[in-house]
Amino acid sequence: MNMIMQIPVPKDISLPLPLPGGVLMGILIFSFLLHILFINLMLGSTILTFWFQLKGLKDSDYDVLAREIAATITVNKSMGVVLGVAPLLSINVLYTIYFYSANAMTGYAWISIVPWVALAFLLLYLHKYTWDRFAGNRSFHIAILSLPMLSFLVIPFIFLTNINLMLFPERWNEVHGFLSALALPNVFPRYFHFLAASLALTGLFLFIYFGRKTYTPAHAFNRLQQADLQQMMLNLTLGATGSQLIFGPLLFLTLPSKGVSWSLFFVIVGGVVFALAALVLMWRMQVSGNMAINRRFMLIVASLTVTVGFMGTGRHIYRENALRTHKELMAARTKTHQEAAKKAHENLPLPKETQELLSTINPGQELFQSHCAVCHAAATRLVGPPMTEASAIYAANPEALKKWIKAPGRKRPDYPQMTGFPQLTDQQLTDLSAYVLGNKWN
Amino acid sequence: MDFPIFHLDFMGNRMLVAVIAILHVVINHGLAVGFIPLVTWLEYKGFVINERRHADGHAWDELARKLMFIGFIITTTVGALTGVGIWFAASLANPASIGSLVRVFYFAWFTEWIVFMLEVVFIMIYFLTWKKSVTSAHSKLRHIRFGLALSIFSWLTMAIIVAILGFMMDPGNWLSKHTLLQGFANPIYLPQLIFRTPVAMMIAGTFILMATLYILKKDSPIKREAVKTVSAWIMRWTPIAAVGAFIYYWQIPRMMIGNLPVAIATQQFQDWYNSLLWVGVFAIAVGFIVSGSGFFFPTRLPRPLMVIPVVVSVLFLGTFERIREFIRKPYVIGNYMYANGLLADDYPLYQQNGLLSESTWSGICTITPENELQAGENVFAISCTRCHTTHGINSIVWNFERMYGAGQPLNPDAMKAYIKQMHNVRTYMPPFPGNDAELDALVAYIIFEQKEPTTLEGAQLRGPSLFGNLDRKVTN
Repeated sequence: MNMIMQIPVPKDISLPLPLPGGVLMGILIFSFLLHILFINLMLGSTILTFWFQLKGLKDSDYDVLAREIAATITVNKSMGVVLGVAPLLSINVLYTIYFYSANAMTGYAWISIVPWVALAFLLLYLHKYTWDRFAGNRSFHIAILSLPMLSFLVIPFIFLTNINLMLFPERWNEVHGFLSALALPNVFPRYFHFLAASLALTGLFLFIYFGRKTYTPAHAFNRLQQADLQQMMLNLTLGATGSQLIFGPLLFLTLPSKGVSWSLFFVIVGGVVFALAALVLMWRMQVSGNMAINRRFMLIVASLTVTVGFMGTGRHIYRENALRTHKELMAARTKTHQEAAKKAHENLPLPKETQELLSTINPGQELFQSHCAVCHAAATRLVGPPMTEASAIYAANPEALKKWIKAPGRKRPDYPQMTGFPQLTDQQLTDLSAYVLGNKWN
Repeated sequence: MDFPIFHLDFMGNRMLVAVIAILHVVINHGLAVGFIPLVTWLEYKGFVINERRHADGHAWDELARKLMFIGFIITTTVGALTGVGIWFAASLANPASIGSLVRVFYFAWFTEWIVFMLEVVFIMIYFLTWKKSVTSAHSKLRHIRFGLALSIFSWLTMAIIVAILGFMMDPGNWLSKHTLLQGFANPIYLPQLIFRTPVAMMIAGTFILMATLYILKKDSPIKREAVKTVSAWIMRWTPIAAVGAFIYYWQIPRMMIGNLPVAIATQQFQDWYNSLLWVGVFAIAVGFIVSGSGFFFPTRLPRPLMVIPVVVSVLFLGTFERIREFIRKPYVIGNYMYANGLLADDYPLYQQNGLLSESTWSGICTITPENELQAGENVFAISCTRCHTTHGINSIVWNFERMYGAGQPLNPDAMKAYIKQMHNVRTYMPPFPGNDAELDALVAYIIFEQKEPTTLEGAQLRGPSLFGNLDRKVTN
């Protein structure tokens, strides 16, 4: 029977969940959406900064705009990271076996996230705080930004690969390292969906950011007005959300069928309905040219929030569906194992029998076998010197031998130092030394 | 056993965790807990001086702001990422233990996350509002008060996290009494806090001393006074750190006598315990020398040499962290799970039925002469690799050669006798979890590795299955 053909079924962690599963799933969905919101803003703003700085090479107003956007990244990226801990904790506790297995199989890529993101953040700061210093060398300044931007574009693949890989235990045996896990179906459609969402949300965020009544740019624009900035951002959200009409179905249609269900379908459709409503509202706003943050605009925000909620829930339903059968197999295996482990305890010799068994042996001999014989043989050198030597040295002095066993020093330069045995009681030491000195070692 | 085995065959998995964790602790202690109070103090000095000599007051404020800039940059990048990184690394190195701990400590970690999040938010507010705070005396004072609140808050963050650590360290009743209060009642809790607080202040002082020497120009009018102030700060905390370190040093074996009578007197522990004393004395001495010369000769402190106290501080903290980790052994979770990630309760089953047939990823049920090496490698991967490598750090071959003589061919019978009883002799080692056939296979594999060294690849390269890594046949 070839191992490769079998679906691996590990045993689960044999401790209860700290909260009912439903509550944990609620925490997971909510905290994940919060985390990904800031990650979206971090990625989207970095791309926009880069784009507008490129445009700024010809028109300095765009350089100012890039700088305004860059100023928001500092807070968003920090929030993105710290808010990631709660969903990480929750997915760890809910899907321990699946998530950690995926982590291990993509181990190098997974752990590289830590130094890589830290480095990307440092470069982002370097870029932010050298804006004036590199005023005369903009291309170099933009080149610095390209590094964190490319990092932010690549690192999501590592997360997506893990989140995807954990859903398919039946394919784990085909995986040999990160790249082969990346090639599993559905990683790329997920990625484009995420990328478009990042741009859409960033547009929405910056629309509000630039549209605030109290907004005053830290550096003056020549030509661009507040309304121009808002118009640009609304365009971005409109375009990026519209592109989800392609990326969304692409993602849904390439989902491996094992997790697709009618409930998933209806949740997704629910999300799409609200997204379409938001698209229509944004379109009308764009046509009207009124950029006020009014009730109509809040309706757009609300619709998109509902969409995000639906999609986050759908994502979770798919995960639950995809893992349902395997979870049942795993629960059964865990139960069998626990029963077998219990039975194995019953097979152990009872303490009473052990004692009877022991009483037939000299207690000193028993101690010698369990504590000394691994390093000391009768007449030959093993780890330590032979017992013939030791018994000769201490023949007249059992107390010195006891003292030595308890806390040995180092006498022989060509031997490793002996381990001490302070855990032995005085009676045990007496028995042991009596045996060592009384036994005939040749 | 149940997870695909991530393995680093040169540096070892524990080293990965250690590097990330120590970096995080150093940043947390040296650039947050101890750092922010000193920066706030310097900012306050600037505020007071400002009333008499405006230019000097401004220079003090600028110094404090630039220092906080460094703290802000590092804590929100490397600091934050290594904090999350401890999770990443620990769940790669020992998923079974983290997976179990997270079920019991979910709320504790959730609490930790909330304080951590608030700390990051407060650090951002403190730094990002600095430039606006200079506009009036009123807003400056408010900013200083915020710095003071942040100082107290980051100390509280540490106090909570130490409780969580202490609770996890508490062997024995961790399953039955899982309230966080147990962590505060842990015998090592107060000694840890008494140790960590002044050491954090001291380390931050050395960081700030070095940074100040680089920030202030040679002719800066406040240089002399600033170096003196920072040196005095270090000098005040150094004796308290010495006392704290000694209490911690004194308490560790007493705590272990109560909880882990087995681990105390192993040679390894003694070596580390002694090194603790030497590193402690050395660090305290360096602290006094640096702060003394800074205080009495503030203008003659050579900048490049300031790296020394920084390195010594890191060493000082690292040694204490290492010993704190070591006293868990042979368990990773007291009396519940051994360091190899196997449950103590599952041992009889594995020893009776065999480890491999119970594992998810081995695929070997019966050991035959053909698959013996393969089986031995699987046993090694499952039961040894959380701490040992084949030929890298804490190499299994090196450990045996050290016992039986370097370069000598290993003797299988002696090794088998040793492995069966090693938990009695080297009490930090878990008992061998497999059956006799698996022991034979493991020994054959180690001897093979001595003769023909190969690299054991982890699941991150070879995939999750333990099947077919060692396809070389033994030719004799």
